[in-house]
Amino acid sequence: MKRLIFLILLVLVTGFGFATTAFGRSEAFKGNIYNPGVLKPTDSAPKLKVGDKTPDFSLPGLDGERVSLQQYIGKKNVVISFVPAAWTPVCSDQWPGYNIVRDIFDAHETILMGITVDSIPSLYAWTNQMGTLWFHVLSDFWPHGAVADKFGVLRSDGISERALFVIDKRGIIRYIDVHDINKRPPLEVLVKELEKLQK
Amino acid sequence: MRIIVKINLHLLIIICCIVFMHQPVMARSNPPEKGEMLPDLTLALPANPVHRDYLGLSKGDTFKISEIKAGVVIIEIFSMYCPYCQRDAPNVNSLFNMIEGNSGLKDKIKIIGIGAGNSSFEVDIFRKKYNVLFPLFPDNEFIIHKRVGEVRTPYFIALKINRDGSHKVIYSKLGGIEKADQFLELLLKLSELDKGGGR
Repeated sequence: MKRLIFLILLVLVTGFGFATTAFGRSEAFKGNIYNPGVLKPTDSAPKLKVGDKTPDFSLPGLDGERVSLQQYIGKKNVVISFVPAAWTPVCSDQWPGYNIVRDIFDAHETILMGITVDSIPSLYAWTNQMGTLWFHVLSDFWPHGAVADKFGVLRSDGISERALFVIDKRGIIRYIDVHDINKRPPLEVLVKELEKLQK
Repeated sequence: MRIIVKINLHLLIIICCIVFMHQPVMARSNPPEKGEMLPDLTLALPANPVHRDYLGLSKGDTFKISEIKAGVVIIEIFSMYCPYCQRDAPNVNSLFNMIEGNSGLKDKIKIIGIGAGNSSFEVDIFRKKYNVLFPLFPDNEFIIHKRVGEVRTPYFIALKINRDGSHKVIYSKLGGIEKADQFLELLLKLSELDKGGGR
């Protein structure tokens, strides 16, 4: 009977496993995408909530300049997109989508900051495959993951969550989505949150 | 004892059936190859009457790709998030225009795009950004993507449909079409459309 229960559990686990592993992969990255498999959906404890003042930070960008949140306060809304790591499947198919909707961000007076815990050279090589990105790509490499940690999205293995923060011009957090790391957040949900900023 | 074992085995088989019946599709490990039949891929009938006319479909809520009124159907598996697909979009548009501008081909060759992991909203973003005139279909849950071997994107499959409704894959390849005229020439050769074959 124990063996039977084990077999049933095995069937259930393997059966449903098939349904959760699909992801798109652009040939732009050739065979250079490392597949970490299915990870624990989230692995961090929240430190911020909607309505909180966003902690300031300053990180180096791909263009050699440091970018801080403070420089946009009073001027632009800000979306921060934390993605777990360069050269991984879902992350590689997330920012290229944001890259073709600059008009939507502009229409909502919003700038985008893409942040990972990778080093600048790794980010440079990775994002080069995406074409020319219009938004800030920032490295939270050193002190490792310090900004991700401030935002409560640093996972126990040192990568960040796949998380979106929408921050209004006053620096107040208006939306947080700490998404299942294995899945890409739907664009329409983010766009709806941008629309709410105008109201 | 034997009866108990039999009952348990039956129970196990029933559970297996329930689990796999609830899978949206069974994933296949490889894309369809030349000479094979395409797996049954069912799509929602386009809401846009121009697209319904283009595909020669008018009845029902869904259709199978092999029911499209054409001698050859080109299927592009793409993603709004795929930089390669973004770069190749003008080439695919050139192919579409080349076919539509040729009175001898426009009723014989049709193109559709399937957005792997893309919602309707995301497919519409791609359509508008690149002014895509042929029908694009969302595949939000990767159902079609799994049935064609979870291919990287862009991936092109061309299907030859015979007068009796039978069909076979004549082209199945990863990567963009790059040069529309050469791609069209290749398809004409593979399909023998210029020799009076197909519908």
